[in-house]
Amino acid sequence: MTQWPKPPEGSWTEHYPALGTGTVCFDDSVSPEFYELEREAIFKRAWLNVGRVEDLPRIGSCFTKEITIANASVILVRGADDEVRAFHNICRHRGNRLVWSDDPHQETGGVYRQFTCKYHGWRYDLQGACTFVQQEDEFFDLDKSSCGLAPVHCDIWNGFIFVNLDARPRQGLREFLGPMITGLDGYPFEKMTEHYDFVAENNSNWKLFADAFQEYYHVPSLHPQQVPPAVRDPGAGFTCAHFQCDGPHRLVSTAGTRRWALPEECMYPIERVTRSGLVGPWETPDVGALPDGVNPGKVDPWGISNFQVFPNLEILVYAGWYILYRYWPTSPRSHRFEATLGFHPARTVRQRVEHEVASVVFKEFALQDAGMLGGTQAALETGVLHEFPLSDQEILVRHFHKVVADWVGAYRREGIGAVG
Amino acid sequence: MTMLPTEFADLEPFAPKWCLPSEPGRYAMRLSSSMDEMYEFYEAIHPRAAAAISHLERFDLYGLPEDATNLLHLLYSMIMVSFPVEAWGQPRVPDTGSASFDCFTEPAP
Repeated sequence: MTQWPKPPEGSWTEHYPALGTGTVCFDDSVSPEFYELEREAIFKRAWLNVGRVEDLPRIGSCFTKEITIANASVILVRGADDEVRAFHNICRHRGNRLVWSDDPHQETGGVYRQFTCKYHGWRYDLQGACTFVQQEDEFFDLDKSSCGLAPVHCDIWNGFIFVNLDARPRQGLREFLGPMITGLDGYPFEKMTEHYDFVAENNSNWKLFADAFQEYYHVPSLHPQQVPPAVRDPGAGFTCAHFQCDGPHRLVSTAGTRRWALPEECMYPIERVTRSGLVGPWETPDVGALPDGVNPGKVDPWGISNFQVFPNLEILVYAGWYILYRYWPTSPRSHRFEATLGFHPARTVRQRVEHEVASVVFKEFALQDAGMLGGTQAALETGVLHEFPLSDQEILVRHFHKVVADWVGAYRREGIGAVG
Repeated sequence: MTMLPTEFADLEPFAPKWCLPSEPGRYAMRLSSSMDEMYEFYEAIHPRAAAAISHLERFDLYGLPEDATNLLHLLYSMIMVSFPVEAWGQPRVPDTGSASFDCFTEPAP
């Protein structure tokens, strides 16, 4: 196992003294009261990534996003002027859900010329303006020009569409993202338009699930099958090369290996025959120089950087492809997990096969995490234990729960201030 | 009536069951198949995979003839059963009794 240098303080955790090194309490992941606070303090305040610009490819392209924890349904639409906008998914007439198909609780999408309410036929254009009121002369003092859809703050960074449900967001999107995340400026997400999308309803708190994807300490134990039995070391550990925190956001980078240079027994037969596997295609298209911010720890050989954008987006960046995770809370003990794999569009059958292998193997191991975390939730809910030790390899778990507590604390203090 | 290119006639017995165009279809077939069925399929197709990819590389990916498309889908099913055969020893990922993970967008072909 390679030992990577730690910061001068002796550990990554002590490099960020505000984190402390004591035990951490996970009551924040079982408490219904805390969930109610997260609703207001985090999900109605933070910028939330709801999709990519590729999801709205042309004028009239639209999808809806159910943000259960924020009690919000949001319409995302590319207008006639090519601008992406967000609106609350509510008809101004009687409050009906405006854009839906078959089941008003389910997300939907497609290409629209306008939005027509199913209830009384009011119509809105792609920019949200009310354009038609059935029997308008039956109404009293109705000013149609003031009946446009209620807007939601919406901004785009590097093709990622964000919304903010706050009446007046405390920060602009770029300021919120900060220098570490915007270090990904220039990473060619927009070229990686061949997507696989997955969704899972998982019976664990959103933070517990995110925790499993921001440390690699669990990998040798939960995922020993990531290497074939012949080369599996039961005592193996895993050490990450670089950790970084910036405001509410986090990053971890790991080293890479030249898969094709490994001895045959280090690879499963499916990997050898397809030249692809868990870490994706062995060789990916040359995308030119990547921005320095992709590998801020200057890890060499670099493999992957894993950016956790507060509160609920994770971007895993490889040299030639990427993965997104989003964790949407649906109750204190459940969330909807979304995953997207983005590749350069395959030009050949071989490339398509390589992508298919990466996608299938990704699902195998993500299922291992998903299968286990319901058990973490259930065990924490017994309420027997409250304080848990975290290693230096789990610094980002520590940081995440602290940031959540900080945002909830700030919200509570404002509430007290308002009352007093 | 055959489904695959003539060069791959030896894989024809597996085509009706495993030439499936979508991930959900292939995953459902994996879960409803016995390990014996998957071993038999994998042992037949894995040694032929390199030749199948080379054969398909002669075509434009987005203009594959029907028999070539079927062969590509058969390769996708090989990938789908690879972990049950090579790692898990069972159709389902072990210890995932309470979990699901559904693919709802995938590239074509």
